[in-house]
Amino acid sequence: MQDVLNPAIEASRLSKTFLAGGRRIEALNEVSFTVKHGLVTGLIGPDAAGKSTLMRLAAGLLVPDSGSISVLSLDATRQSLKIQSAIGYMPQRFGLYEDLTVQENLDLYADLQGVPMGDRPSRFEELLAMAGLFPFVKRLAGNLSGGMKQKLGLACSLVRQPELLLLDEPTVGVDPVSRRELWSIVYRLVKEKGTSVLLSTAYLDEAERCDEVVLLHEGSVLDQGEPATFRKSMDGRVFAAKAPGIPKRLLQTEISRTPGVIDALIHGDHVRIVMEGLTPPDARPDVSIVPLPPRFEDRFVTLLKKTSSVRHEVPYEKPIAQAKGAVIELENLQRKFGDFYAVKNVTFSVSGGEVFGLLGANGAGKSTTFRMLCGLLAPSGGTLRVAGEDLRHAASKARAKIGYMSQKFSLYGNLSILENLKFFGAAYGLSGNAGQNRIAWAIDEFSLADMKDAVSGDLSLGYKQRLALACALMHEPEILFLDEPTSGVDPLARREFWQRINDLASSGVTVMVTTHFMEEAEYCDRLAIMAEGEILKIGTPAEIKAGAGIENPTMEDAFVELIRAVEAS
Amino acid sequence: MNRRLGGLIKKEFLQIVRDPSSIAIAFLMPLVLLLLFGYGVSLDSEHIPIGVVMEKQNADASNFASIFHDSRYFSTRYYRSTRSATDAMISGKINAIVVLKQDFSRRIGHDAPVQLILNGVDENTARIVSGYVDGAFQKWLERDAAMRGLPLETPVRIEQRIRFNSELRSRNFLVPGLVAVIMTLIGALLTALVMAREWERGTMEALLVTPVSMGEVILGKLIPYFLLGMGGLALSVAMALWLFEVPLRGSIWVLFAASSLFLVTALGMGLFISSIAKSQFVAGQIAIIGTFLPAFILSGFIFDINSMPKIVQFITHIIAARYYVAILQTLFLAGNEWSVILPNAGALVLLSVLFFGLTWKNTRKRLE
Amino acid sequence: MGKRIFALMVKEFLALLKDKKGRLVLIVPPLIQLLVFGYAATFDLKHVPFAVYSEDKGSVSRDLVAAFSGASSFSLQAELANEKSISSLIDKRQVLMVLRIGPNFSSSLLQGRPSPIQIIVDGRNSNTAMLVVNYSGTILKKFNEAWASSHGGSIPVRIEARAWFNPNLESRWFFIPGIVGLLTLLVTMLVTALSVAREREQGTFDQLLVTPMSPVEILIGKALPGFLIGMLEATVITLAAVFWFHVPLLGSILTLYVGIFLFLLSAVGVGLMISSIAVTQQQGLLGAFFFMVPAIILSGFATPIRNMPTIVQDITLINPMRYFLIMLRGVFLQGTPFPLLLPELWPLAAIGIVCLAIAGWLFRNRMY
Repeated sequence: MQDVLNPAIEASRLSKTFLAGGRRIEALNEVSFTVKHGLVTGLIGPDAAGKSTLMRLAAGLLVPDSGSISVLSLDATRQSLKIQSAIGYMPQRFGLYEDLTVQENLDLYADLQGVPMGDRPSRFEELLAMAGLFPFVKRLAGNLSGGMKQKLGLACSLVRQPELLLLDEPTVGVDPVSRRELWSIVYRLVKEKGTSVLLSTAYLDEAERCDEVVLLHEGSVLDQGEPATFRKSMDGRVFAAKAPGIPKRLLQTEISRTPGVIDALIHGDHVRIVMEGLTPPDARPDVSIVPLPPRFEDRFVTLLKKTSSVRHEVPYEKPIAQAKGAVIELENLQRKFGDFYAVKNVTFSVSGGEVFGLLGANGAGKSTTFRMLCGLLAPSGGTLRVAGEDLRHAASKARAKIGYMSQKFSLYGNLSILENLKFFGAAYGLSGNAGQNRIAWAIDEFSLADMKDAVSGDLSLGYKQRLALACALMHEPEILFLDEPTSGVDPLARREFWQRINDLASSGVTVMVTTHFMEEAEYCDRLAIMAEGEILKIGTPAEIKAGAGIENPTMEDAFVELIRAVEAS
Repeated sequence: MNRRLGGLIKKEFLQIVRDPSSIAIAFLMPLVLLLLFGYGVSLDSEHIPIGVVMEKQNADASNFASIFHDSRYFSTRYYRSTRSATDAMISGKINAIVVLKQDFSRRIGHDAPVQLILNGVDENTARIVSGYVDGAFQKWLERDAAMRGLPLETPVRIEQRIRFNSELRSRNFLVPGLVAVIMTLIGALLTALVMAREWERGTMEALLVTPVSMGEVILGKLIPYFLLGMGGLALSVAMALWLFEVPLRGSIWVLFAASSLFLVTALGMGLFISSIAKSQFVAGQIAIIGTFLPAFILSGFIFDINSMPKIVQFITHIIAARYYVAILQTLFLAGNEWSVILPNAGALVLLSVLFFGLTWKNTRKRLE
Repeated sequence: MGKRIFALMVKEFLALLKDKKGRLVLIVPPLIQLLVFGYAATFDLKHVPFAVYSEDKGSVSRDLVAAFSGASSFSLQAELANEKSISSLIDKRQVLMVLRIGPNFSSSLLQGRPSPIQIIVDGRNSNTAMLVVNYSGTILKKFNEAWASSHGGSIPVRIEARAWFNPNLESRWFFIPGIVGLLTLLVTMLVTALSVAREREQGTFDQLLVTPMSPVEILIGKALPGFLIGMLEATVITLAAVFWFHVPLLGSILTLYVGIFLFLLSAVGVGLMISSIAVTQQQGLLGAFFFMVPAIILSGFATPIRNMPTIVQDITLINPMRYFLIMLRGVFLQGTPFPLLLPELWPLAAIGIVCLAIAGWLFRNRMY
């Protein structure tokens, strides 16, 4: 019988440090929290907040340095084997054997969890139906899409009905449609079986879906409670500013400098403002200011700005770049892999100084299009002009005008910051004084001076991201390609990053960005949504939302609705 | 059988079948090595090219030179001067030069000197040539003595008897020795790699949170790769017996029993390596340097252990392949010689206990 | 163009040398192999354990036994009392050879009649057996000559054997120039074969491809570090060979470096070929392994090419190691002048150019 009186997990003053490269890294510092029975508890925090460490401690895979953690009233350190036969756990990369089929993965975990043979057919049927994997039982797990892998991973952790389910970042790198499906499975489990769930995520908008939230930052608990309480504390402090005559970037810059403003963000057609108090910001008379309902992120940003002493100031220096008219033009762009069209008949153009977002579910052809735009993949058909150059014939010339920053940290990890900057400067043909000047600029602009000799692989994610952007900007490109640039970083780092992007866009740099992060889509001037290799819709964030056919949608609602409409037809 | 263990073993087999690099290491590499060593490597020298220089051509000299001509070990070329023969030797066309001096014919019968110039670069061949020349020379002495009706002038003569491998085919000792290298490859290298792969891909974490015990995880690796190794052994033995026609004088059952023992030791080494190195790159490097290379060089498979420096000889005692090579060469060429098999098998038992003990000590059901 | 290539080269060096694993690959395997091959790999026989079964009580037989036990190649383990223990001692691997002297040995020798002795050799390792026979022959020849001269007899012809280039026939002199080739190949291959795969795994290759660098520039930037590290490796091992192992270097340094340069063309070319195909480092390693093992075994590194079947000998004609080893040993031990090495150098150059051309083609076509 489930013990419903005691909490599912109770941690008190947990601390854990690791040795990495000769340095002690404090993963958790005196963390205390509880996970209640029959609820979904979200462990929310950016990368390196200590989420995975906490998950592993709960699963009995790690031993805490100090403090205690009890899971289902068992001591996680001493009774780990007992705990492990009562919980389901899905590690970060889903823990699947990629060279085994869906069925074989299920069989293996059923064997390991000791599910009786007689119970299996019905259990498997239930799980496969739930995960929508029936048509794919014979497919190798490695050939599944990210969303399907995630659901299979979940199914494997559920082969024996667990009392407690631990999900370590189940939604990372997964598109919004798949994310929603995962959530609906989790809700059903809680409702029908009374399972307790602890789920970690870096997506702040997912906090709203949890019953309870533990907010983790740099190894400490910032806050714990119901998401509604978090929101409530922000009531009356959030506003939208709109001014038809003023460019929104300019408006945002102005507002962010107004006293009392904690946060000012471009959000579709307006600027979203979070205030220290209940009074709306002072603004020019032609700016209309209306109150907005608060979100979870508002609370997090407010908490972070309170705790972190340094307020990020963005140095203001404009790179030189001139571009007018359409700088990216795609006409009937196609890409075939064998008989399969990954991209078919994609046509759009992006004009100078625009921030253009490319959205799509996994496998929609968004990455393929993006890779062709950067010259990493040759198109099978159609025309593609970037910065006025045909990529097929003048690839090298076109590449000199673009900057590229990819989702995973793709700089040389064992080189120092300075060495990376030097290399990319030289790779873009900067030498002598010009090269020295740009390196000096990058170090100054991105505040890297203290760290310039640090090995870049050891940097925090925020620093890595700054360095990656610095490298991409060494040669003052006219066009900047960003491939999921901010996944996993904390909201402050993300704001700082987008502040820079906005500055660049204001000075005429064209920015092309792909993202799974719907919040980020709101920062764009225009968006293209892709599905099955084709463009579904192009327009401003407001237009996209308006076209979804539902009332007051979030960007994610609109996105999911659009994709569903295609799948239905 | 325990169902958890059964599940793990089934999983491992499915992975082996689907992963081309496992197949490459378990079957392709043994095949390539056996073919290379069986056909490519031979220490049996026949038709070694040698040069003969007769400074003065006459019947005596020709008669003497004919001994090389008649021997199957040599293929003879004639040169007019020592100089041209030397050039030929330097450019590698011949391996030795026999010089019959101008006064050979005059001094024959009274310590007539014949110069044998060996190319010492390839010292092994040089020694073999020197031995063959002595043998041929011995024959000439006998023939010469008989012709002149004189008593034979060699006071002591060697009669050689080679036990076990009378025609001294190098294949007969290389192929059994190679089996040890192949077993090491499958047992240590492959096992270390697949274990590291589980850590790298994050599947080990998923395994560890199930109620499975560490013993089951280890057995779940051990049993499949043991069977795979025995498959590799069967392939190697079959090739040895039927393709390379190496005799098997001992019992095939003893061979398989001893091989099982060695395989368990090799698996122990593989598991031990993977318990200290959790990335495939590092595990691969350690396995190659720590197990594969010693199995080649320090096992007595090619190079005689007695002739190594004392310190190196000492090191060979912890090389499991050393004991297995001794058993293999004895089983194939000599027979069920228990006085060789048992002590070596005992050493293998000790080593496997050592490696499994170390593995056990290093492995806990934790991620740290 | 030059500056971009230079920057890429500098980056490659930094990335390699700053990485602990990278440094490990460059330092540890070469060091271990140098020591292993320098000390353990030897065809010289030292301290071969042997026993004597002598039924003769005369002084001559004692002199003969003393001739054997006094030689550094043999070490006397036991004097046997009966015939039965001969085979048991050999079968148990306690001795490699038994010297058997018949009952009337001394007396018949003193009467001027030739007397046979017998050696029984363990043939399990046929190469060692062959060497034991040869060494015994040499000892006996000296004994006979001494006997003949002290007892007034004369031998019709005496063979004076001299080994050029390696007068003491040391294995080390043969192996160590070969190691210069082996390690140069190993290190160059590891540096080049993994360089693109590593960048692909870390995602930095895309970042490199979006820069204005052309495939040719990237190819050159990747080739040069392999080239320079190969040169450095060859230099270090050459220095170790000359100053640590005291192997003579008789030929010209310039000739040596021309050979190394031409060989590196092939090594870098093959490495880059593997690199452009391999997606993961494991594939790169496996590819390098599948190239290197045959390249080394079929190069004459340990066993002469001449002993291989004709078809295998033909295959070795496309093996750059084959030419490099002949060239190395020639320059080191024989001091072979440049013109005599042309038959090795032009195939090296040809193979190198072909390999680089293929690598260049693969790079252009497999980059994206």
